[in-house]
Amino acid sequence: MLIKGVALLAACYIGGQLTGETLGRLLHIDANVGGVGFAMLLLILSQNWLEKRGWFQQDIEDGVQFWSKMYIPIIVAMSAVQNVRVALSSGLLALLAGIIPVLVCLATMPLISKLNKKAE
Amino acid sequence: MDYLTTVLVKNGLIVAFLVTGIIVYFSEWLSKTLTNKKIPGSALAIVTGLVLAYIGGMVTGGKKGIADIPQLSGFELMGGNMFRDFAIVSTAMGASFGIIKKTGLAGIVSLFVGVVFSFVAGAVIALAMGHHDAASITTIGAGACTFVVGPVTGTAVGASSEIIAISIAAGVVKSILVTIGTPLIAPYIGLNTPQAAMIYGGLMGTTSGTAAGLAATDPKLVPYGAMTATFYTGLGCLMCPSVLYLLVKAFY
Repeated sequence: MLIKGVALLAACYIGGQLTGETLGRLLHIDANVGGVGFAMLLLILSQNWLEKRGWFQQDIEDGVQFWSKMYIPIIVAMSAVQNVRVALSSGLLALLAGIIPVLVCLATMPLISKLNKKAE
Repeated sequence: MDYLTTVLVKNGLIVAFLVTGIIVYFSEWLSKTLTNKKIPGSALAIVTGLVLAYIGGMVTGGKKGIADIPQLSGFELMGGNMFRDFAIVSTAMGASFGIIKKTGLAGIVSLFVGVVFSFVAGAVIALAMGHHDAASITTIGAGACTFVVGPVTGTAVGASSEIIAISIAAGVVKSILVTIGTPLIAPYIGLNTPQAAMIYGGLMGTTSGTAAGLAATDPKLVPYGAMTATFYTGLGCLMCPSVLYLLVKAFY
């Protein structure tokens, strides 16, 4: 039953959201702090836990994979409901914020590669 | 005509599935015939979504892009926070701590450097372009990470929809740049081993851009780059609305 995977994903999602909300309250900021990140950690951990016990089944994976494959379409739908009309007036900002950070990160690549070789 | 509208409005979410499917199909066709797959279909589909949102905004004068057109109101649910976060969490499936361990220190360092440097560079650009509130600076910095981290962060810190749209646009620009640029720059940065691909994925983050870019470089490198890139979005979603937001807030 595919629903087992969907339910596992839902459990991790709710658990992550609750953790994020709780952390937000503890930090006194009116925001969900990393709820999505915590949910991802929960999913990886529970997958490892189930695999170790031999309880991880194909239909669990399929249930999660379905949503993983819906990721891009949902992102497409998300971009279709944004306030682009207003954002376009700051077009240059989006362009610069998309290009310059990539160049900055690329510049650090040889350094980290060197670090990796040293570690080996 | 009236009853057609009624049917479309009543079944909004299903209509959104259909229309998104058509957008993705059309974009993949464009990617293949017009750009010879140099620009991935997913990147084109996202740009198409943004264009439709712009048209929706122009036609209705509303704030919710294409969802302001009643017949397409289902997009609000499909493109809303709940579905988006649910789908993002699902992509963590298959990433294992064991493999990350094997990547060693460099993989982890590249992830942190990738998120923090992108964020700082994006935030500095936001400041230079005249945004001085913590929520906007943080959201644009997060958008410089990926087009997912931007809106997740923006929603968490309460940024406006316009700023969130800019952060998505920045992420899309990055995705397209990485897709096209990876095969071009690969020989100059030694991007020809699984280790290098893991570091590259950690630095760049954008999963769609990294996966598509590495596919054009050497298909064998894809799983390694995509694996670290998968962690990037999670790490970005964890750090941007928390540690990095608080850091920005301390100054602004």
